[in-house]
Amino acid sequence: MMSSMDFLLFTKGPLFQVAIAIFVLGILIRLVEIFALGRSRNFAEPRGGQVIPGLKTVYKRFNPDPGTFRRAPFDVVVGTVWHIGFIVALLLFIPHVEVIKATVGLAWPGLPNPVVDAVTAITLLGLIAALIHRLTHPVKRFLSTPEDYVIWAVTFLPVLTGYIAYHRLVNPYPLALGVHILTAEIFLIVLPFTKLTHIFTAVVARWFNGANFGRKGVQS
Amino acid sequence: MSGLDNIPIQVEPAPALARDFGNALPILGEIRHAVARLRHDGEPSCIDLGAMPFGPGDEARLMTLLGRGEVSATVTALGPTHVWETGYPGVWVVEYQNTEAQRVGLQIEIDEVPKILRTQPADLDDTLAALEARLREAAGRHPDGASDSQ
Amino acid sequence: MAVPIRPQPRTLGDSLRQNGVSRRGFLKFCAATASMMALPPSMAPAIAAALEQARRPSVIWLSFQECTGCTESLTRSFSPTVENLILDIISLDYHHTLQAAAGDAAEHAREQAMHENAGNYLVVVDGSLPGPGSNPGFSTIAGVSNLQMLQETVAGAAAVVAVGTCAAFGGLPKAAPNPSGAVAVSDIIKDKPVINVSGCPPVPMVITGVLAQYLTFGTLPELDAYNRPMAFFGQSIHDRCYRRPFYDKGLFAETFDDEGARKGWCLYRLGCKGPMTYNACATMKWNGGTSWPVESGHPCLGCSEPDFWDAGGFYNAMSVPVGDSGNVLLAAGAGGLALGVGASLLGRHKRAAAKAGHETVTADELEQKL
Ligand code: SF4
Ligand code: SF4
Repeated sequence: MMSSMDFLLFTKGPLFQVAIAIFVLGILIRLVEIFALGRSRNFAEPRGGQVIPGLKTVYKRFNPDPGTFRRAPFDVVVGTVWHIGFIVALLLFIPHVEVIKATVGLAWPGLPNPVVDAVTAITLLGLIAALIHRLTHPVKRFLSTPEDYVIWAVTFLPVLTGYIAYHRLVNPYPLALGVHILTAEIFLIVLPFTKLTHIFTAVVARWFNGANFGRKGVQS
Repeated sequence: MSGLDNIPIQVEPAPALARDFGNALPILGEIRHAVARLRHDGEPSCIDLGAMPFGPGDEARLMTLLGRGEVSATVTALGPTHVWETGYPGVWVVEYQNTEAQRVGLQIEIDEVPKILRTQPADLDDTLAALEARLREAAGRHPDGASDSQ
Repeated sequence: MAVPIRPQPRTLGDSLRQNGVSRRGFLKFCAATASMMALPPSMAPAIAAALEQARRPSVIWLSFQECTGCTESLTRSFSPTVENLILDIISLDYHHTLQAAAGDAAEHAREQAMHENAGNYLVVVDGSLPGPGSNPGFSTIAGVSNLQMLQETVAGAAAVVAVGTCAAFGGLPKAAPNPSGAVAVSDIIKDKPVINVSGCPPVPMVITGVLAQYLTFGTLPELDAYNRPMAFFGQSIHDRCYRRPFYDKGLFAETFDDEGARKGWCLYRLGCKGPMTYNACATMKWNGGTSWPVESGHPCLGCSEPDFWDAGGFYNAMSVPVGDSGNVLLAAGAGGLALGVGASLLGRHKRAAAKAGHETVTADELEQKL
């Protein structure tokens, strides 16, 4: 029988190694594949630089264009809120900073726990609202594939279990923490092979777009 | 030994003691409720400070808040027990020490008289018996002088 | 789980009075005992009533693969009046470190106690023991293997108290790679109640508190999932830590001598395992209530939890994964790069093949094919 401490040590040890190995392997295969494929030569005379417009577009597309906002204000507001919340909780919670420091050697200042706590609560609500909207909105519902629901769950669970562990809502604590780490590992493993790769590719795609604009001499 | 004098000694100022970790005031609140219970229902209470997650200085701060009152007493049984009334009548501090004067317990009692100061009924029985025996013995030794043996 | 104590002429009340303890002394003893058992002071009268009737249980203490730290902890109990009374009152019939007898005489004392108190004595164990699968010669007493002695001694016992993390969970001897095949008492004893009093060592008052509970009420205490008494192990270090307000505010010491350390902030980032550790240190404290590890500025090591030796560096934050993530990362990164290049070569090849295979067709040719 596995005790809660065995479980925690398993998720903190071997399983974590496996998860980051799959994550790094998967994400590098995908990115290197995309980059090394190259693009076919463009024989047209470039009308402007690419780098600055590329970066500009990466930044600019954080702001939704007015048309999209008018058509789907819910998606824009809720989507932005929970995305930011997720990133803040992921990167600025002190225990997470410690994990990153121990794994890749980079560290940065974190936020006070109550701030992260509030952000997490908002993120949870945002994710729940997004799911309800997806289930009730006829068009969204029609467009959703099973993968979309899986990805929602894979994203939601680490936030939920993290909230539960922080507030010590489940006893014993090693179990709560172990479950949180496990869900985070599932997120890492699933990421490279689903549309969660947008975490990396969205920026790349935007840059290509902007760079193209620059080359063509249109406003980026 | 003169070599020792060449080692510079830097005296660091003592750190400010009695930092407040915020545990004293909630206990004051608990005492307030206990006093109300004693006054209205006649029910005494006892708070075990050994079970409190005190940080350094918390206890000193609580004791400062409570202050010292008019009564203090020492019981000598299994080592000393120091009892004193705080600045709030009816709120007592009872510190149990062992024979080596180390603390084995610290409690706050909310009562008219702390339990350990009261004489117990069983002890009264013993007292009665002892006094009677004493008197009987005295009467036996002076058969003619006993005034109360009418 | 009431375990009756054998009837014996001498009750605790008698023995206290024989020791010249007055009623006020007894009251004090009960107050301190309640505090030691982590019971509310209102329980003192119940304790007094129970103690009047309590009888001396016989205790056999077995020491296996241990460092004697647990016995040291117990004998460094700071309050001779209370804990010594309890130790006087229990009849410690065998403890090969503490008893005067040695060799055959000592073993004889053990056998005699087992015989006279069959079915009623308590066995206290400190230290782990080589399991059934390993060489019994790794640890023996008087030529008897630990395993055999444990099984023999426990056969007639009322209950077993595993004192210290080694006896409770295997502890240091069981740390990877566990050369002696060490196991915990509960891995061997399945048919008797086993109470785990973990800690490396356990808080002395917790050891005596558990004995006092048995002595007072004749029952075993309420236990948690690891068979530890709830009264002492029911709450985590973190939940009772006076530095908790700093954790909640996000104020952490980052080194042992920075401003945060001097101001007494939370030690999470210095490796404190308090959030996952269940023990009584934060309230009972150590050295007669003087202080405890976190109060002295050192993170909790998690010593009362199973496998704490293998749970990652003592000075790594609790969230930090165990093992060499850096190398895994590098290896996976190199692999990912190589495979990625391979995948893209494949893609390029496909693209080139598609280009090469591209033929121009005229409308006429198409029509012919149709
Ligand atoms: S010092 Fe340790 S036990 Fe105390 S609050 Fe910080 S993490 Fe929790
Ligand atoms: S503070 Fe932690 S490591 Fe230290 S004795 Fe207590 S439980 Fe063990």
